[in-house]
Amino acid sequence: MTETAAFTWTAESEAAAQKHIAKYPEGRQQSAVMPLLDLAQRQNGGHLTIEIMEFIADYLDMAPIKVQEVATFYTMYNHKPVGKHHVQVCGTTPCWLRGSDEIITACKKKLGVGMGETTADGQFTLSEVECAGACVNAPVVAINDDYYEDLNAESITQILDDLASGKDVKPGPQIDRQTSAPAGEVTTLKEFVAEGEGA
Amino acid sequence: MLDDKDRIFTNLYGHQSAGIEAAMKRGDWDGTKELIEKGKDWIINEMKESGLRGRGGAGFPTGLKWSFMPKESDGRPSYLVVNADEGEPGTCKDRDLMRHDPHKLIEGCLIAGFAMNAVAAYIYIRGEFYREAEALERAIEEAYDKGFLGENACGTGYKYDVYVHRGAGAYICGEETALIESLEGKKGQPRLKPPFPANVGVWGCPTTVNNVESIAVAPTILRRGAAWFSGLGRPNNTGTKVFCISGHVNNPCNVEEEMGIPLKELIEKHAGGVRGGWDNLLAVIPGGSSVPVLPKDICDDVLMDFDSLRDVQSGLGTAAVIVMDKSTDIVKAIARLSEFYKHESCGQCTPCREGTGWMWRVMERLVTGEADKSEIDMLLEVTKQVEGHTICALGDAAAWPIQGLMRHFRGEVEARIDAYHTKAAE
Amino acid sequence: MPTLTIDGTEVTVEPGTTVLQACEEVGVEVPRFCYHERLSIAGNCRMCLVDMEKSPKPIASCAMPAGDGMVIHTNTERVKKAREGVMEFLLINHPLDCPICDQGGECDLQDQAMAFGRGHNRFDENKRAVEDKEMGPLISTTMTRCIHCMRCVRFSEEVAGVPDMGALYRGENMQITTYLEKTLDSEMSGNVVDLCPVGALTSKPYAFTARSWELSHTETIDVMDAVGSNIRVDTRGAAVMRILPRLHEEINEEWISDKTRYVFDGLKSRRLDVPYVRKKKKLTPSSWADAFKAVKSKLKGVKGDEIAAIVGDQADMESMTALKDLLASLGSSRIECRQDGSAADASVRAGYIMNSGIAGVEEADYLLLVGTNPRLEAPILNARIRKAARHFGLKVGNIGNAEDLTYRVDEFGDDASILQAVLDGKHEASEALKSAKKPIIMIGQAALSREDGSAILKAARDIADKYCMRDGWNGFNMLHTAAARVGGLDLGLTTEGGVDAILDDAEAGKLKVVVLLGADEIDTSALKKSTVVYVGTHGDEGVRHADIILPGAAYTEKFATYANTEGRFQRTGKAAFAPGDAREDWSIFRALSDVLGNTLAYDNLQQLRARIAKDVPGFENLDQLQSADWGDFGAKGEIGAGGIAPAIDNFYHTNPIARASQIMADCIDARGGLVEEATGTNG
Repeated sequence: MTETAAFTWTAESEAAAQKHIAKYPEGRQQSAVMPLLDLAQRQNGGHLTIEIMEFIADYLDMAPIKVQEVATFYTMYNHKPVGKHHVQVCGTTPCWLRGSDEIITACKKKLGVGMGETTADGQFTLSEVECAGACVNAPVVAINDDYYEDLNAESITQILDDLASGKDVKPGPQIDRQTSAPAGEVTTLKEFVAEGEGA
Repeated sequence: MLDDKDRIFTNLYGHQSAGIEAAMKRGDWDGTKELIEKGKDWIINEMKESGLRGRGGAGFPTGLKWSFMPKESDGRPSYLVVNADEGEPGTCKDRDLMRHDPHKLIEGCLIAGFAMNAVAAYIYIRGEFYREAEALERAIEEAYDKGFLGENACGTGYKYDVYVHRGAGAYICGEETALIESLEGKKGQPRLKPPFPANVGVWGCPTTVNNVESIAVAPTILRRGAAWFSGLGRPNNTGTKVFCISGHVNNPCNVEEEMGIPLKELIEKHAGGVRGGWDNLLAVIPGGSSVPVLPKDICDDVLMDFDSLRDVQSGLGTAAVIVMDKSTDIVKAIARLSEFYKHESCGQCTPCREGTGWMWRVMERLVTGEADKSEIDMLLEVTKQVEGHTICALGDAAAWPIQGLMRHFRGEVEARIDAYHTKAAE
Repeated sequence: MPTLTIDGTEVTVEPGTTVLQACEEVGVEVPRFCYHERLSIAGNCRMCLVDMEKSPKPIASCAMPAGDGMVIHTNTERVKKAREGVMEFLLINHPLDCPICDQGGECDLQDQAMAFGRGHNRFDENKRAVEDKEMGPLISTTMTRCIHCMRCVRFSEEVAGVPDMGALYRGENMQITTYLEKTLDSEMSGNVVDLCPVGALTSKPYAFTARSWELSHTETIDVMDAVGSNIRVDTRGAAVMRILPRLHEEINEEWISDKTRYVFDGLKSRRLDVPYVRKKKKLTPSSWADAFKAVKSKLKGVKGDEIAAIVGDQADMESMTALKDLLASLGSSRIECRQDGSAADASVRAGYIMNSGIAGVEEADYLLLVGTNPRLEAPILNARIRKAARHFGLKVGNIGNAEDLTYRVDEFGDDASILQAVLDGKHEASEALKSAKKPIIMIGQAALSREDGSAILKAARDIADKYCMRDGWNGFNMLHTAAARVGGLDLGLTTEGGVDAILDDAEAGKLKVVVLLGADEIDTSALKKSTVVYVGTHGDEGVRHADIILPGAAYTEKFATYANTEGRFQRTGKAAFAPGDAREDWSIFRALSDVLGNTLAYDNLQQLRARIAKDVPGFENLDQLQSADWGDFGAKGEIGAGGIAPAIDNFYHTNPIARASQIMADCIDARGGLVEEATGTNG
């Protein structure tokens, strides 16, 4: 583990951290613990360490255990290194009904790792997550900050291939569809749609 | 079917720009100052008259909720907190409102905040909605640039700020007091009530927590009048609603429709019908994962609103319609929800912490049939031991899907147990 | 005041009372695990659910404020089912290891499962296993048994003021731990063992040594500090197995310090259990008769002014009186109780006690600490100060070393000469004291043990006189570190020049015989030229140069009276006999007086106590906070600049029992400190 190095903000992170703290009333800087943990996790390449949690505890004048409680309660904080691409497959019922099992199988096959594991080259970590909140575009996979939607085994495999080879991939629906609108012709708002498409 | 002219979210799908100029062309930020100048009492009264019930799942009258806030400050500031922690399986409407029509929400934040004497709004958005949070931040910045927010919001002399706070992965933060805890930088563990947030909310100050949709529809209601909104739908179930139709339909989608639309019409008109036709329908979860499942015969003619769905022992919840056709392993579908609730239980109180895990483990065995039939009744008793005994509603939410399953599909569960034992005996 | 009906009985309660408390008022028992009257309300165990009319769901009675007109039912079928349900949930993942669990027999979970449980198991899945957590030398953990009531977490954060415990992860994976499994950095951590309603946190030193039902209980008083915490000593045969707190609202509430709780193994080791007489430079075991004979021969021809005595920190009033009388019979009145050289003045009682009382701290709105670290000198008092600061708006200022006292303190520096500025009204503390409704100045022994201690005492007295007197309120408080001290001062055991003069005179050969009554916190190498008679319990500093050793009884082994720092008289009970030939100290002096031919005028404890009562007003008014008349004390003088050295630098090693305790040594080890030699002079 490379966790011995003391953590400190980069200038950019420090500015962002101060901006977060400024959102909350005076003396309520503890409210910034979640955004700061996220910020620090991003700066650290995707996971948190004890040093980071203690740094933030000190930064926000909190007891370290309180920071650790928060960091272990929420699922988006990682406590061990994750790959460059964190592939998070939604497996909750709406996605499951539309084939999330197939997506998971495809991911495992493509990446050669199991759930919660990282590829040897450190490129991909595969996780199953609970409802991503994009159910009408199921099945859904979140990779880092983007959602990939309306997937099937082929399209997720292609996406993973493209990411592995450094190609650009387009987030959102992977079928011919405008966000959450029904595929094909819209059933409502035809004028607005036409107006938008005309613009 | 609802006329387009009565639709509030005209850029639901993002065909048009989410930016402020386009939003203003669609009617947002139009006469906001005048609405505010009509005063707090007028706003709250109009909201009450509109009959709007909270769109986050519980259906509590929005105007009434606003009226609970202190009229005069006792020295403590008041806050509006917007619940954008959308995580109820099946639900993905707020996501669209925030990424495609964020100005409706932000304008709503200002008006609602003004009505309840708040100094600021915090929009608590689930951490996974990173791009949606970006969209909100962009829109908020635009609103500040236009002078709609800030020192002299919309030229009313009223100082008002709107902030975005990102969550980090916890369904329970959709519960309003857990959300408040989380906003304070703690674990998202629900608080005991009383005191209620309107008395002691975030940072010990009076707070109202409203769902994104509830706030986002407010400016349009006030502009078009309570009578317009209450004229849609049925008494006590008024207005329009964004429905999410997922699962085994031909064209899953979000759509804004009139409250009280028949479920069948909703699915057939907007989602391209059930995969394989209506007769291929097995069951529908009509209001997000927490409400009990309904078998086809009820789905045939049930209306999509609070009271109609309550009458069939289910609920409108978030109006997230999860459709399951006859190919569905319904036991597995519900067991997966049990796993979800076990995963999302905060662990604070005994019945939920211990009960969700127990229920899920029994459900997993019922999926394979590796169980005794007596365990069905035992499981139902366990759901009853959880239901109504917890600090927040997550316990109820974990119990109801299983109760719904047994109410309508007990035969299927029993048949599976029989099959398992027959096979084991061979 | 709301009036509500509970199971048909109407009751009117104070506003702010919870439904659960209202139930208790009418004698209706409501089971609970997480609720604890001294901690914040968690409402998480759900065991206390009761029915409230018009509520669709049962309510958590611990969290619901009693409201006017509420109708509560605790005996409905729904309540019964709710309790059975919660009980079942608590038990499904709780191990069936009661036979090997130290909590067995005094376990809330066991008791309530019997009373409210269903009596059979329906859980057919695997039970959850949780890894145990390391929590240091005092607390043993079996985390699989934890029911997540959060009492320990709330205690450490709220009462102890060390927010180092927490619950990590969530849902059924939630786990209680100390931060990074470190020892809880609190002097009162052991209270979490009492608070834990199950066997998750148990006493590590007591582990597997006894079952609760085979122990005898003795109600008594602690002497580890001058607080006088009320305790219960549990014994099996002659052995003290454990020490627990007893409830005393005005003193220790229901907490005790870790030293009070865990010092008990020090009662068993390095004990003096036979008399010794030095023969050819070697201490040799002897009979009582021979030892007394040796004393007699050493006293032959010795004049009264060649005899002195020093009394240690754990001496009881009966023993001190007997020693005083014995010395008087030999023509000496040179008996000193201030081992640490404190300038405490015995002439005015109000000048050496805590006039506000310990509980009075909760009424105070300003507290000026002078040369005291209450966290180490009296952890229980410190918890009270923290409580007052947290809940009742007490503000605290400090002249002395800046230490983490677990609450906010305005630090004024450790220069004692600040006192003059405070007195002259030229310091911010002057204004704070003056404007407070109930101000306190609390002076510690560290300040009084300086060269200029008398001048400091006088200044503190004058500050109190000027700023801290209100109608019915005397805000002068002295905090002692020694359990014996107030009793010693009550008996007038002070001498010209104090302990230093005695040691100097001994070194100069002016003292032929020096008697030490448990005096182990002085440097006895100054006594080499004198005959030293040591009466005490342990082979500690006092025996190093002793010529005759007379083994005495420890505080758990005698009926004796102590006056705590408030001046409150309390009596110990006898939980066990002193080991071997050791005797209760007063009876040693009585027997010796007989040998010396000047038999003391009392044959039993009752007569001795009657004799004390003649000299010490209020001596028989046990457990009373007695007001004392104000007066002048201390001596005007120059207060030197310079810091105030702490009175206690090693909390775990302040007395001979503690220094003989392996558990105390382990506590020091756990904090990375070196275990000092048992004969070292600490405290």
